[in-house]
Amino acid sequence: MRRIFAALAAALLLSAAVPVSAAEELSSAAPAKTQTGVTINVYNWGEYISAGGDGSLDVNAEFTKETGIRVNYTTFEDNESMYSKIAGGGASYDVIFPSDYMVSKMIRENLLQKLDFQNIPNFRYIGKDYRNPVYDPENAYSVPYSWGLVGIFYNKKYVKEKVDSWKILWNEKYAGKILMFDNPRDSFGIAQKILGYSYNSTKIEEWNAAAQLLEKQKPLVQAYVMDQIFDKMSSGEAWLAPYYAGDAATLVQDNPDIGFAIPTKEGTNFFVDAMCVPAGAKHKREAEAYINFLCRPDIAAANMETVGYSTPEPEAKKLLPEEMRENEIFYPPESIIKKSEIYTSLPEDVGLQVDALWAQVKMGGAGQTGTLVAVLAGFLFLYLAIVVRKKLKRRREVSPPR
Amino acid sequence: MKSKASAYPYLVWMILFIVVPMALVVVFAFTDRSGAFTLKNLEGVGQYSNIFLRSIWLGAIATAFSLLLGYPLAYIVARADAKRQNVLIMLVMLPMWMNFLLRTYAWMTLLEDSGIINRALAACGLPRAHMINTPGAVVLGMVYNYIPYMILPLYSVLTKIDPSVIEAAQDLGADGRTVFLRVTLPMSMPGVISGVTMVFVPAVSTFIISKMLGGGGNLLIGDLIDMQFLGSAYNPNLGSAISLVLMVLILICMGIMNQFDENGATEGGVMV
Amino acid sequence: MKTLSRFYTLLIFLFLYAPIAVLIVFSFNDSATMSRSVWSGFTVKWYARLFQDGMLLQALRNTLVIAVAAAAVSTVLGTAAALGINGMSRWMRRVVMNVTNLPMVNPDIVTGVSLMLLFVAATGLLGGVSLGMASLILSHITFCLPYVILSVMPKLRQMDPNLSEAAQDLGCTPARAFFRVVLPEIMPGVVTGLIMAFTLSIDDFVVSYFTSGTTQTLPIFIYSMTRKRVSPEINALSALLFAIILALLVVINVRTARQGRRAEARKEA
Repeated sequence: MRRIFAALAAALLLSAAVPVSAAEELSSAAPAKTQTGVTINVYNWGEYISAGGDGSLDVNAEFTKETGIRVNYTTFEDNESMYSKIAGGGASYDVIFPSDYMVSKMIRENLLQKLDFQNIPNFRYIGKDYRNPVYDPENAYSVPYSWGLVGIFYNKKYVKEKVDSWKILWNEKYAGKILMFDNPRDSFGIAQKILGYSYNSTKIEEWNAAAQLLEKQKPLVQAYVMDQIFDKMSSGEAWLAPYYAGDAATLVQDNPDIGFAIPTKEGTNFFVDAMCVPAGAKHKREAEAYINFLCRPDIAAANMETVGYSTPEPEAKKLLPEEMRENEIFYPPESIIKKSEIYTSLPEDVGLQVDALWAQVKMGGAGQTGTLVAVLAGFLFLYLAIVVRKKLKRRREVSPPR
Repeated sequence: MKSKASAYPYLVWMILFIVVPMALVVVFAFTDRSGAFTLKNLEGVGQYSNIFLRSIWLGAIATAFSLLLGYPLAYIVARADAKRQNVLIMLVMLPMWMNFLLRTYAWMTLLEDSGIINRALAACGLPRAHMINTPGAVVLGMVYNYIPYMILPLYSVLTKIDPSVIEAAQDLGADGRTVFLRVTLPMSMPGVISGVTMVFVPAVSTFIISKMLGGGGNLLIGDLIDMQFLGSAYNPNLGSAISLVLMVLILICMGIMNQFDENGATEGGVMV
Repeated sequence: MKTLSRFYTLLIFLFLYAPIAVLIVFSFNDSATMSRSVWSGFTVKWYARLFQDGMLLQALRNTLVIAVAAAAVSTVLGTAAALGINGMSRWMRRVVMNVTNLPMVNPDIVTGVSLMLLFVAATGLLGGVSLGMASLILSHITFCLPYVILSVMPKLRQMDPNLSEAAQDLGCTPARAFFRVVLPEIMPGVVTGLIMAFTLSIDDFVVSYFTSGTTQTLPIFIYSMTRKRVSPEINALSALLFAIILALLVVINVRTARQGRRAEARKEA
């Protein structure tokens, strides 16, 4: 009995030694020591990680199993809400996933910490095209997680024409069946492409023109949504929805009626979502260990296979199933990528104007200060009138007229 | 035991967690990012007058419907025999204790163009109705969520009406309608005011209902404030200014409401 | 008239319960596309998935911890406050009561936003602290307190003010007088306040949404579920919550009915 035990122990020790020495290439052992029992707060987009449903890997659980670090995983809908929570919400996250332009905005406002790449050795798997990107030129603050293009999802049963231009979203034939992005950059971006402007224009007139175009579209729009499009498209509630290419993995695969197309006439948006550590993060080492883990090719492949977005790691791409690798939706040809434009962060005054225009579009036109003052004054007048009338009535009751 | 000392811990709490936060809202409303005094935020609020009007209008409609639909039910329950009353009131309160988000969300399933109601209409050969993402859907959501807050105070007040008063009126020759208009209705006024307040205030300031049932294109004041603090247009100063104007509006409305409450029978708007 | 009343009552209850019924029915829907309105067969797999969801269980745990803490603290603090306020001068009492009513009269969103500003400023001053369980519990206590105070005050006013003095004349210390004489008199108000505080805390969404930082409570978790791809797990959760609440209400109702019957029997005896 004891011999078997000793043999087992020896085998265990040997097997532990082997991965460390031989498979250095694919190991995720981070040089820095991380503490176990720590919980990190990860803030990511919705439906953006392999979470273990339908036989796929539960990445967060794997991470906890391998490192002992627990993950408090919460989600946000768009970059701006994430920014609001970080900038003003008093919330302390350890890993966040902003998009390109948001990374540069947050760097500018000192909301991100510089990463210690000693703790992220798996960074070597990131493709050369994605290093030192325009939004983080020194590549000090971010590690790319995914990239993709924006296109239009359409219901083949009701939309029979060719989908090659953003203008189809303004087509009265589909009134009430059109969805739009519920965030300013993406929605304005579509209008800007139709008008032939750059996404990153600093000319206020161009933004105003785009806002007017969006206001014209408003009566045709069913709803401004983000991840709710999954539900609305698959149930046939809506027929046209611009969204990110990766989501075709979920929508098109599960539903033969739904198709995806990139408007080739005007071009589209090329985006990169990156992993960053906010300035106030309390567990930087553990955060970096998480980022490192996500960069491991098998993990990156598992994530991108479930989520559908494109991976910036050639090694991970090799691990994807062939239908995905060869699929032009997820890995479009150079010709399309050349026509696409990336968002960059806008200067502050333009940004504030865009926020105001966005609220205006969703509201259906600006109001007048005068109206509001009139309304409040009206209520106040009503209140005073009632009080005065009561006082007069009481005085009359106390001293009745003779 | 007339010592005031036992209230001191609460007084400290009150100042720290009620007064100071309100003061912060006022301070933020009148300053800009760098901390300098400015009136620009209040001017900015003026731009959203459409939203204020829409919120007040929808809130008023929802309150009116709640009153119209809730009063008869409260009256019927108050007239039922004691055992029945308990069961009925329990049935009215039960949905109130279900999670608010889930209840609103459930209406989405019912109202969608490919939802249950439309499917039923189509099956009967009737034309489909477009109900979701309209102001009507938002009002429906408001009425659905807040009608119990109208029914309960009304019921509470109606059961307290002394039946001998009603009898006296009948003895004096009043018919059913006159009894109701001249006796029951005026005596139930405190309940009406309580109910109206408890429905109008949350209806005007909701943001979940408009987000879920309004489709993002029917913005209300609550949505606007949410956008400024945790949403897609971060500007806490403007958000505070909007909150301040909202508070003033509600205070005036409550002032008007309280003028109808002759005897001060309502205590701070809580169901008795 | 009678049938009209019955018909009307039925209609209103149909209105109130239709969505809930739909939610519950479709929680058993075996649909590959996770449809919420097309029936394709019976299954309980969504319930199974619900219990496997670690984040949900964590959110549930957070919600219960916060509710218990907030209810306990606000009841004690609120009862003490009601006692003290009762003994104040008329002017002082009016001021305090007006400020106390503020969280109740104010829209939830204004309360939430103002508390968020307070906590963010506090974290700035204290440095290194962030919003989470602590800020949630503090916020919940804040909006529960007015309800506790308003539940206890009427009972205090109904009570004979000389009772406590009489007890002390008979040799009790003030503290003993409180626990043995005053507290039993105001107990119904205290209990009502406690239950209200607990219920309000469990179901609160708006104030928690602004003051929760990285922590998730059950309503916040549900909200984030509705903003993503829909899964009938939400329906399963609704059905479970409904069953629990129904059971609780039935139990309470049966107990009060039984107590009522016992009291009547005692009266007749």
